[in-house]
This record gives sequence, C-alpha cells and structure tokens, in this order.
Amino acid sequence: MEFLNGLVFLTNFVVVPALAYGAQLAIGALGVTLVYAILRFSNFAHGDTMAFGTAVTIKVTALLVALGITLGPLPTALLALPVGIAATMLLVLGTDWLVYKFYRVQRAKPVILVIVSLGVMFVLNGVTRVFIGVGDIQFADGARFVLTVQQFKDATGLDEGLAIRTTQAITLVTAAVTVAALFWFLNRTRTGKSMRAFSDNEDLALLSGIDPNRVVRVTWLIVAALATIAGVLYGLDKSFKAFTYFQLLLPIFAAAIVGGIGNPVGAIAGGFLIAFAEVTVTYPLKKVLTYWLPDSMAPDGLVQLLSGDYKFAVSFMILLIVLLFRPTGLFKGQSI
Amino acid sequence: MNKLMLATATTALMTGAAWAQDPITEVKIGIELGFTGPLESIVPAMAAGAELAIAEVNTAGTLLGGATVTTARADSTCTDAGAASAAAEGLVTGEMVDAIMGADCSGVTSAILQNVARPNGIVMISPSATSPALSDAEDDGLFFRTAPSDARQGVVMTDVLMDREITNVALTYTNNDYGKGLADAFQAAFEAAGGTVTISAAHEDGKGDYSSEVAALAAAGGDVLVVAGYTDQGGKGIIQNALDTGAFDTFVLPDGMVGQQLVDDIGEGLTGSFGQFPGTDSAGAETFQAMATEAGFDGTGAFAGESYDAAALIMLAMEAAGSNESAVFKDHVMDVANAPGTEIFPGELAKAIELLKAGEDIDYVGATAVELIGNGESAGNYREIEIRDGAIETVGYR
Repeated sequence: MEFLNGLVFLTNFVVVPALAYGAQLAIGALGVTLVYAILRFSNFAHGDTMAFGTAVTIKVTALLVALGITLGPLPTALLALPVGIAATMLLVLGTDWLVYKFYRVQRAKPVILVIVSLGVMFVLNGVTRVFIGVGDIQFADGARFVLTVQQFKDATGLDEGLAIRTTQAITLVTAAVTVAALFWFLNRTRTGKSMRAFSDNEDLALLSGIDPNRVVRVTWLIVAALATIAGVLYGLDKSFKAFTYFQLLLPIFAAAIVGGIGNPVGAIAGGFLIAFAEVTVTYPLKKVLTYWLPDSMAPDGLVQLLSGDYKFAVSFMILLIVLLFRPTGLFKGQSI
Repeated sequence: MNKLMLATATTALMTGAAWAQDPITEVKIGIELGFTGPLESIVPAMAAGAELAIAEVNTAGTLLGGATVTTARADSTCTDAGAASAAAEGLVTGEMVDAIMGADCSGVTSAILQNVARPNGIVMISPSATSPALSDAEDDGLFFRTAPSDARQGVVMTDVLMDREITNVALTYTNNDYGKGLADAFQAAFEAAGGTVTISAAHEDGKGDYSSEVAALAAAGGDVLVVAGYTDQGGKGIIQNALDTGAFDTFVLPDGMVGQQLVDDIGEGLTGSFGQFPGTDSAGAETFQAMATEAGFDGTGAFAGESYDAAALIMLAMEAAGSNESAVFKDHVMDVANAPGTEIFPGELAKAIELLKAGEDIDYVGATAVELIGNGESAGNYREIEIRDGAIETVGYR
C-alpha cells in the first residue's frame, strides 16, 4: 500500500504532467525540425507562428460558442482548429512569398535566414498582440477532468490521488494521431518522399525533377498545421498568453537539437526528454521516499538534486552535453 | 558690433536670472512603465491612471500659473534593466521631462534610479515597485513610491496566518526583485513568529507549464501554499496546477495575486483562500474607481490608483515649490503627501492647487490613502481578504 501510494504520488506529479508537456514540445519541435531539414534554417518565428494559429483558433472558438455550437465534454477549440490551421497556412505562405523567397532565390547563407526569421518573429509578435491582445485567455471548455483526485481516491482507497485532465488526454491522443499521420505522409506518399529527397540532397533532388517550389510550399503547410496544433494543445492545457509562446521557443529548440535537428524521430524523443528532465531533476524525493523507505530511514531534508531555480539550466546542460559528445543529436540529425 | 551683441546677450542672461519666476508654460512628465513584457496586461490601466490625474490638472489649467502638462511614454519592459535605463535616458535628454512617473517593476526601477535619475537629478515616483531593497537605496532624495515596501507586507501576512493558527506553509515566489524581496521578508517574519516554511521555491513567469514547480512544492508539503506571484502569470499557473493535482487546496495571496480575474479563471477551487493587498477603507478609492470608469478604464486594476497618486504628487509638489525643477520640488513631495493640511481626494487636484497657491498646507490622501514614511515610501495600509462564493470579500484592514 505504501509503495502504491508513492507510485501514485510520483505519477500524479511527475509522469502525467511531463507526458503532456513532452507531447506539446514534441509537436512544436517537429515543426522546427522540418523547416531546418528542408528549408535549411532555424526558424525563430516558430513560437509566434504557434501563438498566431492559437489566437485565430480562440477567436473562432468564441464565435462557435456564441452560436451555441459546442463539442459537449470536449473543448470546442478542436472544432475551430481547422480554421486556425488554414489561417496559419495562409500566413506562412504569405511570409514565405514576401520574405523568405527573396533570400532563397539568392541562395543566402542559413545564418542570414536565421536573422531574417528573427525579424519575422518580432513582426508576428506584434501582429498577434494587435489581433488578440496581451492578456491571459482561457478557452478550454467542456469537462475539465477525465479523472479527479477525489474520484481516484474513492475508487482505490489510497491516500494519494491521481488526476488526469481532459486536455492532457486530448494532448496525448492528438499528438499520437498527428505524428502517425506525419510519418505516414513522409514515408508513404510521393510528396513526402520528394521532401525527404530534397532534404537529403537538394541538387540531386532537383536533377531528378522534383519541383522545389512545391516542396517548399508543402513544407510550410505542414509546419503551419503542426505549429497550430501544438499551440492550441498547449493553450488548452495551460492558458493562452502571447508572451508565453515566445518563451516556449527555448525548450522547443532544445528539444529539436537534443533529438537531432532535422530528424523527426529525434524531435519527438527530444520533446519528451526535455520535459521529463525539467520535471525530474529538480524534483524533491522526500515524500516518495517517506512512502518507500522504512520509517527509520525516512529523510528529513527535501532530497532535491537541484533547486527549482536551476530548471532552465537543466535543459541547457543536457543540450551542451549532447552537442559536445554527439553534435548531430541523439538520433542522427544534421550537424549544426 | 561684437561688443554690442555680447552686451545684449549678457543683459538678456542677467534679466533671465533676475526674473527666474518666468512663467512656466509647459511641464513634461515621463511615464515609464512596462508596456511590453510580463506586466503588459496591467500596465495600460496604470498609465491611464497617471494620465487621468494629468488630464484633471490640465482641465483646471492653474498649475504653476497656467502651465500645460504634457506626457511622454516610455517602455520599462519590467525585466530588462539596460533597455529601461536607455528609455529613461531618452525621456530625460530627448523629451526633456521634468519628472518620471515610474517605473513599475522593482528591478528596472532601481536601475533607472541609479543610472538616469540620480546622474540627471530627476525626481521619480514609482507606483508599484515594492522591493524592500529600494528603502535604503541611495537616492539623493529624488526617489519616492506610492506603494509600500514588501518588508511591511511580510509582517502583515505573518499576522494574517498566525491569527488563523497556520504555522506550516510552503512558499513559492516569482523569480524577480519583487518576488524574492517579498518571499524573504515574509519568511523572516514568519519564522521569527514561530512558523515553519517547508520550502521556498522560485518560479519563472510567462511559461504556462508549472508541473515541476508544483511537484516540488507538493513533495515538501505544508498546510497552505503562499504564492508571491502575479495573477496572470506564474502565480495563476501554479495555483491551477496545484488544484488540479490536489497538491494544495488553500492559498495565501499577497498583493500581486489579488484580482477578480484570478477568481473568475480558477473558480470554485479558490474558495477559502485568503490574503492581503494594499488598500484602505478611505473614500478616495471609490471616488477614483468612479472616475476611472468614466474615463473608460478599470480603476480596480492593480496599482492604477497608485499611478494616479504618483502623478498627482509630482504635480502638487511642483505647485508647492512653485517650480518644475526636480532639485527644488523634490523637497516638497513629503510635505504635500502628509499631514497637516486639508485632505485631498481624487478629483480635487484643482482645489489642492488653489490651496497651495494661497499658501495653505495640503495632506494628499488620493486613491490609496497615501502616507509617505521613511525615505519616501507609502506606509502601507492592507486590506485582508478572503475568497467566498467567487468574490473577493474584505475581512478587515491591517
């Protein structure tokens, strides 16, 4: 019983939140990694693309709710998501046509494109704020929990509870579906294969008759979809605030690089690795050990490896170590 | 010819010196707040508060014998000391402001004070910097704040907890000068009163995901969780997460955490939580809210009243000194803010100017019952609140 209590406590505070957060980071990192693999630059505007897609989804959600259309226990935002994706697709295609295309035609160095994306980031930053404002917006409706602490306690008779939010469950399911669809597309369809060919060797791909403009266009469309899905899932699970998405850029890049930038499998692994690292390394084991160890050995202190202040440092330490020993990331990505 | 010009110039200069009382036609006040950054959601109401006071004085048109007050806004970013100092430098040397209303966050306020206000000799009155460190900062008599130091709030919060017989708490604070200052002040006061703080952990604002912070707080345990953060930032994320996971069910909310928006967002789970924030039962607060509603912004917003007061104090001190020179009117700020004299409430700035003109004393009460103590900081009246049925209810005043 003591052991189960400890296990439930750990699951409730570490495993469940880290899984959901990891899935959100993974979808974000997938978008970053695709841009890197095919367009060959680090897209700093990704966080704000996510924010824009989410902002549109929020507006449409509000409209649907006002019209009386809801999804019952599920958040209405899922219904609005396709509109958000479509709007974001238009946005990134427009940005590409207006900004990136110019530099691509010139075959500008990746570092120039990175700085260009930084500029795009600041513009999008402003656009999103003008469009939806700077405040904190909660747009999750429907049932809040799949399982509440009290329900779990009543059902099992344990002292510790376990809560699973609807948004956490939706995040995991959506992430699984999205990733499966993406991999099917990349590995099974003709367009997906041409994208991978373009990523492996641009010149060879061009020689074999692949239309580069089409590849670029499809990439942006997929990236827009991924960014909006990641943004909406994150916003549903926490809340929407333009500033937060800007901050999210750091862990997303850490995830993409640790996994091996340019490698989709790596992005997913990296997302979960960063999420679990952030939660576990600064986790005080006091309460779990009190459950698991005999009373005489129960700890007095917090048994915490690092205080929470060092959370950011943890992601970056992992990043540094990986880059030092495996510059291409855990899964073989492109060296940067 | 040259000699003639020189003579003319000298005469002109001498006349200028003799007639130092040249009518002042324009007074410029810089408003430096975090229009972008973590406080960007509450700053618009603060700026509107300050501008409301300025508009009121301009309507009367009697300040310093008919000077018009203009404003220049600058962005303090709340977090970036370099950017804040550069913006303040721009206000002082570019816009030639006579005083600065700001800044908002304690860290940037301290940077601006040391890098810009003191070297240039410009008065600054902050509406919201509450870090205890600012109490003993070197300021050449130029710095004032209409917000109380958090050292005082730490003591008040300890009293609130002790009266409820809670002696075992977990503590989390937003990782900046405000959060750290309040957390340290509270921990010192609470432990001195015999309480135990099981863990004092920082959280970063603007993240959204706070599972690891809550995991740490839950593992350390405690009867209640003290959240020294912001309503629309990490503080809210921590509370939401702690409720969802069942880590804590009662929260102690200091000033940055008291807001109707938080109560609406969190809902039922916040019932029974309690806290305190600067506030009085003085009539000024209500008057200010009515004026704010009329002007089209939210007067209940955090520090909106303090901002009105800060701007009003700058202008009244100028009137009392009969000058818009910082070096002169800085000595009059305390006089107009404190007794003796006729009490001045929001909406009575014109009356205050008349009284000062007539050589009478005023005691500015304003929207937040301003009483400046020590080196020029608000003494701090606190309103103890409890969340009941989705509303913030006042339990008492301390």
